[in-house]
Amino acid sequence: MPLKAVILIGGPQKGTRFRPLSFEVPKPLFPVAGVPMVQHHIEACAKVPGMKEILLMGFYQPNEALSRFLVSAQQEFKVPIRYLQEYAALGTGGGIYHFRDQILSGGAEAFFVLNADVCSEFPLQEMLEFRQQHGDMHSFVILGTTANRTQALNYGCIVANAGTQEVQHYVEKPSTFVSEIINCGIYLFTPAIFQHIGEVFQRNQQELALCPYLGEESSNGWQRAEVIRLEQDVFTALAGSGKLYVYKTDGFWSQIKSAGSAIYASRLYLNQYSKSHPERLAQNKPGGPVIRGNVYIHPTASIDSTAVLGPNVSIGEGVTVGAGVRVRESIVLHGASLHDHTCVLNTIVGWDSTIGRWARVEGTPSDPNPNDPYAKIDSETLFRDGRLTPSITILGCSVTIPAEVVILNSIVLPHKELSRSYKNQIIL
Amino acid sequence: MGEVWGQEGGCWGDTPGWIRHGYAGREAPCAFGCVWMGRAGSSRGTGRGMPGWTRAGPGTAGRVKIRRDWGLGRDAGTGRGGASRTRALGSPRPCGVAHGRAAGPLALARDLLAEDGEPFFVLNSDVICEFPFAALARFHRQHGGEGSLVVTRVEEPAKYGVVVCEADTGRICRFVEKPRVFVSNKINAGLYIFSPGILQRIQLRPTSIEKEIFPAMAQDGQLYAMELQGFWMDIGQPKDFLTGMCMYLQALRAQHPEKLHSGPGVVGNVLVDPSAKIGANCVIGPNVTIGAGVVVEDGVRIKRCTVLEGARIRSHSWLESCIVGWSCSVGQWVRMENVTVLGEDVIVNDELYLNGANVLPHKSIAESVPEPRIIM
Repeated sequence: MPLKAVILIGGPQKGTRFRPLSFEVPKPLFPVAGVPMVQHHIEACAKVPGMKEILLMGFYQPNEALSRFLVSAQQEFKVPIRYLQEYAALGTGGGIYHFRDQILSGGAEAFFVLNADVCSEFPLQEMLEFRQQHGDMHSFVILGTTANRTQALNYGCIVANAGTQEVQHYVEKPSTFVSEIINCGIYLFTPAIFQHIGEVFQRNQQELALCPYLGEESSNGWQRAEVIRLEQDVFTALAGSGKLYVYKTDGFWSQIKSAGSAIYASRLYLNQYSKSHPERLAQNKPGGPVIRGNVYIHPTASIDSTAVLGPNVSIGEGVTVGAGVRVRESIVLHGASLHDHTCVLNTIVGWDSTIGRWARVEGTPSDPNPNDPYAKIDSETLFRDGRLTPSITILGCSVTIPAEVVILNSIVLPHKELSRSYKNQIIL
Repeated sequence: MGEVWGQEGGCWGDTPGWIRHGYAGREAPCAFGCVWMGRAGSSRGTGRGMPGWTRAGPGTAGRVKIRRDWGLGRDAGTGRGGASRTRALGSPRPCGVAHGRAAGPLALARDLLAEDGEPFFVLNSDVICEFPFAALARFHRQHGGEGSLVVTRVEEPAKYGVVVCEADTGRICRFVEKPRVFVSNKINAGLYIFSPGILQRIQLRPTSIEKEIFPAMAQDGQLYAMELQGFWMDIGQPKDFLTGMCMYLQALRAQHPEKLHSGPGVVGNVLVDPSAKIGANCVIGPNVTIGAGVVVEDGVRIKRCTVLEGARIRSHSWLESCIVGWSCSVGQWVRMENVTVLGEDVIVNDELYLNGANVLPHKSIAESVPEPRIIM
């Protein structure tokens, strides 16, 4: 069966919680567990038999990083990959509606839609089989997972019939408890979805016609009729119609909204590597650094043999790690240099940054409660009670940390050269 | 000349006295030990072997233990340093242990002190300086009064008790506690020498030398002040202890530079006990004292710290302005700063950050302390 996949990658106005890292590179290209975030999606899609084409959809201007990535991904996964640029932010539904002809060209009978900013096991094949068993060739499937009662309110909540798994009710970010099953942002559609989106589009146009005054907001809060959100506008309406189903997965899943969640997602993917890509995990070797747990080291990185790395560490291209360095729960981006005896914990070290000798760079993890199997990573606000919430320390690109200082729970903007210790600060 | 009488008095600000009662061995790498060494040494400088006394107050087992380490027991024993004989005197009941009430125990020891009719020294052990015993003894004999004390100039006299004395003779007119307007910049440095006659003034009850005995003696014109040359520091607080240590090391550099440590990775004034081991690629100093049997592993950076006997600093750690207590173990990649004080036998786990932590003895630290606090 011919299939396609659409990966929604957003644009510069989205993913602002990922600053200052998103200043350098579009968020979907940020490396998680050693490879760009969206490459995990592409790899999963390319594995599904019958996948004809993968379309990346967003409103980033064409840029070099994206183009280069597309070329190399095509070569690696042997499937056509294209970038479709939305002329404006059209919402999760508006984009695919706009490009529906592209998506359906070549006779695609079904297509996946995936949000780029999630980390998942991508049980795409299972979703296809599930649809065969439970629905029919015209059914739509949402991938769902279980959250705990408090955190479920932060996501799209799905109420499903226990036997048929048909979606009876859907609410996006309710204020009261509706269901523990949440929307993972990964869908399986058929061409029939465009009819439903089209109906929403019509409705929006009519509403806009009725409200000619620029000051008044239409029901979807935008001036444009073409801005359509799948979750609020389409799923809510489709619930209870017998056309929408939910496939519940127990596999790992997390949103990647902030830098802290990038480190958490890295850990999930690095765990998966022991089965899917054992060659990507560093091993303890004589003459090599001490490796604890799952660690990814790019082949061009140069690591002193007295360094101790891990668990959950990703070392990027061309990174140098000096003698007696300790790195734990961190991502070190390419070109960075860690001098002797430094200690880097819960930190993202930006591209080409330098950390001086004996410096300590440390953040605070915001990991979900390990005792609760359904806990999800919290999306913390930046400030609470007037103080910066302790979070992952982020060094932007080309930051210089002098020797012997401590940088704790701080965010350092790009190209900054520090001269002393900092704690709980944003350094502009 | 008479005996050396060491006074262990007082509390240490907010910090319990457990950290003060330390002595790091004969070579005294820790400044505190230097205090005792200095006394014995300077006393010997008077040209006579002298028995020395220390008073052990009631209650603190740690104190008695330390004295046993020196070869002192609760009974008379032989102290180190050859010619000096030190005895520990236990008080049967409290007679002035708290700060500034040391006169009482003097009364207890009346018989022993008055034994040979010679003047005797009394020292407040919370200070460090160059201990001018010989000069003080000479000064005392010259004026013939009942007592002499050493004064030192400080920048902020209002923090202390100020001494007003006659410029030419040094006879003390009066004391003023923490004056609000400037009276004098000379304060009581905590070193005294008394003729046995003073014992008539002291009754066997909690008595403060400074508050009760001295003012009376000043009124009678029997108390004289000698100005101290060189450095002086009240080392009662950990912060000041480290400052005093720096001053001591600086004086050592001027007088006995051969006693300081030198070599690769040594910066500035550093005192290292010969039995201590320092690893490769370390940078130690300036202003560091390292006690007997201490092990510093590879890649450690230490600045402005005292490391007491038997402690172990594991590799790649970074310490600044800390006091590491006896037999502590500081893990790998630990960062300690801002007057972090570890009591005896504290274990700090790997990869932690201690900022101004005051850790009581025998604790295990498994979490970072990012802001100053006391760990009980």
